[in-house]
Amino acid sequence: MHLVYPAVLSSLLFCTGLYGVLARRNAILVLMSVELMLNAVNLNLVAFDVWLRDTLHAGQALTLFVIAVAAAEIGIGLAIVLAVYRGRGTSDIDKLRDAAEPRDPHDDPYDPSDTAAVADAADATDEKAEATA
Amino acid sequence: MSSLVLAADSHGFLSPTGVEVAFLLVGLVTFGAAIVTVTTKQLVHAALWLVVALGGLAVEYLLLTAEFIAWVQVLIYVGSVVVLLLFGLMLTRAPIGRSPDADSGNRWAALTVALASAAALVWVVADAFRTTWIDVDRAQGSTAVTGSILFRHWVLPFEALSVLLLAALVGAIVLSRKNDGAAAADGKGGH
Repeated sequence: MHLVYPAVLSSLLFCTGLYGVLARRNAILVLMSVELMLNAVNLNLVAFDVWLRDTLHAGQALTLFVIAVAAAEIGIGLAIVLAVYRGRGTSDIDKLRDAAEPRDPHDDPYDPSDTAAVADAADATDEKAEATA
Repeated sequence: MSSLVLAADSHGFLSPTGVEVAFLLVGLVTFGAAIVTVTTKQLVHAALWLVVALGGLAVEYLLLTAEFIAWVQVLIYVGSVVVLLLFGLMLTRAPIGRSPDADSGNRWAALTVALASAAALVWVVADAFRTTWIDVDRAQGSTAVTGSILFRHWVLPFEALSVLLLAALVGAIVLSRKNDGAAAADGKGGH
């Protein structure tokens, strides 16, 4: 078999996952796209392991490790998404904008001379801590 | 290396072997399912198409003679990860029908980035490996070989990985359990 077939398929799958990560709004759909990208990498690892006839089977061992790490990642990621959903009532990542730059330069929440803004910032960090707790 | 290149010269792209035809067909199905996964507006359908894509990849592993990886793929991904994703969709009360806001507003920028990176990657990969030939007659990843290699040479990473999985398990439990009791005891409930 030509090595081009698995290599091209894995590049295409990786770019599909990249599109999904960038274009999706639901956090769980983003996690699915991340899984697609990890699987593309796995296909590449297996193909190159079979091509190079590695005596240590490093490609296949690394593929197994990537699968296990992906399982851990999906567990933690879903737990975080559920915590955010419980705290905010949404899992739409476009609406989670606490770390965004303020639109108005005079309304800087981290300006120490503005006490009301400081209280706002403290509120925001409290909310974030509660949402992830 | 030169023998590999010589072997590739005798295999043209216009006379594919049976394994190549099967790989190509399953690859098309996998790629199509992946495209539907990232573009469909129905969230549950996205998870189900992800099953098709991951199952297709398991078949590709079988065609590449990586037998153990294929079954691990079926067990872990199709068996548990997709079920976890479906549970996540249900617990976040994902709408069953079409949800018009599944795609963000910057999807055209995302499409541009994805197409540009796909073009670059496919061009580079095809240019680099167009004469490389994989010999799939000898199995490379039978379960016996993978098991003995894993527990002979990769034992330390394997054990570290089990610690990672335990940490992930504990972390997921801590993150997802309701801490109303602890918050009430601290006297700062209300979230």
